[in-house]
Amino acid sequence: MATSPTSVLDWALAWVRPGKLSAKGIIGMNRRNIRYIGRYNSRRLYPLVDDKLKTKLLAERHGITTPALIGTVTTQFGVKQVAALVEERQGFVIKPAKGSGGKGILVIERRDGDAYVKPSGAHLSREDLERHVSNILSGLYSLGGSPDVAVIEDLIHFDPSLTEYTYEGVPDIRVIVFQGYPVMAMMRLSTAASDGKANLHQGAVGVGLDIATGTALRGVQFDRPQASHPDTGHELASLRIPDWGTLLTLAAGCYEMTGLGYLGTDMVLDARHGPMLLELNARPGLAIQMANGEGLRARLDLIERQPAGLSVADRVAFAQRHFARSSELPASRVPA
Amino acid sequence: MSRLPFYLLVSVLMLAGIGLTLHRHLQFDVPWLPGEQRQVWEIEAQVNLTARGEPVIVDMALPSHQQGYRLLTEHTASSGYGLAFREENGGRRAQWTIREASGSQQLYYTVQMLVAPDAEAPAQALPALPRQILWERPYDTAARQVIERAWARSASPFTFARELIRDMSGDRQSENTRLLLTQYDRAPLLVRLLNQADIAAREVSGLRLEDGRRRQSLAPWIQVFDGNDWALFHPETGEQGRPDDLLLWESAGEAVLEVQGGSNSRVSFSMLTHNQPAASAVRSQLADDTLLNFSIHSLPLEEQALFQTILLIPIGALVVVLLRILVGIKTSGTFMPVLIALAFIQTSLSTGLIGFLLVVSVGLVIRSYLSHLNLLLVARVSAVIITVIAIISIFSVLSYRFGLNAGLTITFFPMIILAWTIERMSILWEEEGPKQVLIQGGGSLLTAVLAYLAMNNPWIRHITFNFLGLQLVLMALILLAGNYTGYRLLELRRFKPVAED
Repeated sequence: MATSPTSVLDWALAWVRPGKLSAKGIIGMNRRNIRYIGRYNSRRLYPLVDDKLKTKLLAERHGITTPALIGTVTTQFGVKQVAALVEERQGFVIKPAKGSGGKGILVIERRDGDAYVKPSGAHLSREDLERHVSNILSGLYSLGGSPDVAVIEDLIHFDPSLTEYTYEGVPDIRVIVFQGYPVMAMMRLSTAASDGKANLHQGAVGVGLDIATGTALRGVQFDRPQASHPDTGHELASLRIPDWGTLLTLAAGCYEMTGLGYLGTDMVLDARHGPMLLELNARPGLAIQMANGEGLRARLDLIERQPAGLSVADRVAFAQRHFARSSELPASRVPA
Repeated sequence: MSRLPFYLLVSVLMLAGIGLTLHRHLQFDVPWLPGEQRQVWEIEAQVNLTARGEPVIVDMALPSHQQGYRLLTEHTASSGYGLAFREENGGRRAQWTIREASGSQQLYYTVQMLVAPDAEAPAQALPALPRQILWERPYDTAARQVIERAWARSASPFTFARELIRDMSGDRQSENTRLLLTQYDRAPLLVRLLNQADIAAREVSGLRLEDGRRRQSLAPWIQVFDGNDWALFHPETGEQGRPDDLLLWESAGEAVLEVQGGSNSRVSFSMLTHNQPAASAVRSQLADDTLLNFSIHSLPLEEQALFQTILLIPIGALVVVLLRILVGIKTSGTFMPVLIALAFIQTSLSTGLIGFLLVVSVGLVIRSYLSHLNLLLVARVSAVIITVIAIISIFSVLSYRFGLNAGLTITFFPMIILAWTIERMSILWEEEGPKQVLIQGGGSLLTAVLAYLAMNNPWIRHITFNFLGLQLVLMALILLAGNYTGYRLLELRRFKPVAED
């Protein structure tokens, strides 16, 4: 922490003029809330994305791949059935249907006898599992504390080509979809600091991705530039998302699926099933601007000038043509 | 999508709010500052009469709101008499009645008048001109000549009145006026002459205010009308205009005192002046029942005290809105800081802060044990509520035992809110670590302290309580803030790395 006089001074002076931010096209919270979320996201559509179970069922109807559903627990009475539900599974994920910001998501990687093992190696008992499900049902993780449903999904076996870029958790890819156009993307790599969670403010590494190619542009951790993964030491420049076109198409299709104009789509890459939709967010955060080193404003303005009614493929092609950028990361060393 | 209706609404609210506030200030003389002193005159009228053992009716003129003075309160003391206040011909009168009285009688009337330099005179009805004014010989000729002389030397009703009075006083007194004065009193004579010349006028009675004077009597003044304007003239000197220390006791042209069933009646005045805080002067002001005078002061005192607090909540809300939208401070629970700030008002800041930190930190320790018990949410939060009550009780008893009476005020904390705060902080701790708890807890506490400082400011308390129109202004400000799309202050730090390269 800042203790020496100079670092305290640095801290006190670490401000930027608003004009400079706006020249960069950075969007602030207030602008996002009023100008984009307020204008393009109709309130009545929120339940579609705030309830992960609804999103999942909706996605299935629209042919958008999501992790396989193992089962749901809807009553406290059903809590005791959790162990039976996951009996035959090695790994699985329990999440609250109405959770936000990754809260209440429990990932079990494998079994060790009677115990359930988290990616961190921590062992959980059956009682721990049941308590977690009970907490979910009583609304501990849901918005406003309303009663909730626990969703149990298949564990994602993420693409082995990405293993070196992450620590413990599953890296996910956030794509901001504006009026059906993918406008900006980043990958969130969990770290030891983030406790295996892909949450940027908890210390996950955010990697800006080129919309055209799916290659890494820039990496940040705690808002500071980062050229390699802090735990695995692997450089980020060589990061390239396989099957990028499919991923963008899936993400862009979520516009038709939900009707939300300003949408954050969280995608994962499964080794067997390719890109999958993990969840949707009607209030996507602004950290993606930090990971990309670029404001959203210019891209959103460009999309607002485009005519409505284009097909998903046309929109993806438009975005790939207009939002192409080259990497800022140091050129990758020869792979060892 | 046009924002015009929005800005229209905001400006209507803003204008209405400012208008109502100015109206309160100008019309009712409510001061901007709480500490302002106002001069108040306390005037006692003593009516003496000798009753003849038969029914007595005493009818006396009373002062009302007028230029320079505002009526605050009035009292009467008159044992055994029935009393009624009446409005008559634009003047207020008190009527004392008794079935039987004999001997010397004293009736008292006390009034408090606030010195209010911007108080306006109420609209004056033009007194009707008598249809015919009869003069006996030889006064008719004298009157006609006096009028002609003054008419020739004047240009307007006011100058005519001045010339008339001048003709009656000092060395310019003529034969004619001397003759008239043998028959008529000066003031009624002046009114007769003015009316004869078709000028509306009446005799009013005024009291010169001098601190500590006793046994004063009213002096006649002549009120002369020129269309809708009027001016006061001193009947002896002809001086025009109302002296600052003149209180018009009777201004409807009626008799000051009328007594039936008694003799030797007279009224004398004693007066005192003192300064009192403006706010209490306003409070004791008699409220007119008009819509614009919609005032909390018309409620019973207990409800007034309640409203004083309620009307501060929008200030707290504004602080929260500004800190969240313009600064970007994170708080735990949107308006929890306002409720904590309200508690701080009761407890005082330092006691409140210590109490809050004690309750929340002890609560967090107990809550962390509860989380091991694997309870349902509602039961757990209820358990935390009981825990909070227990902590508060223990602290109250302990601080009382140690002689710290300030500790007792801890009971003012909103317990359910505290319980939810503990619950939320505890979840935050488990999920995002102690740093987020410090950030959000610190943000909430900072917001609460700022809201407390704003809400506890004597000036803000004074203006929110006395100017209800400000609530509309606050509403307009909050609406405007809700329309702000610029950066938050803390975002200028957050996004700095992006802007750097």
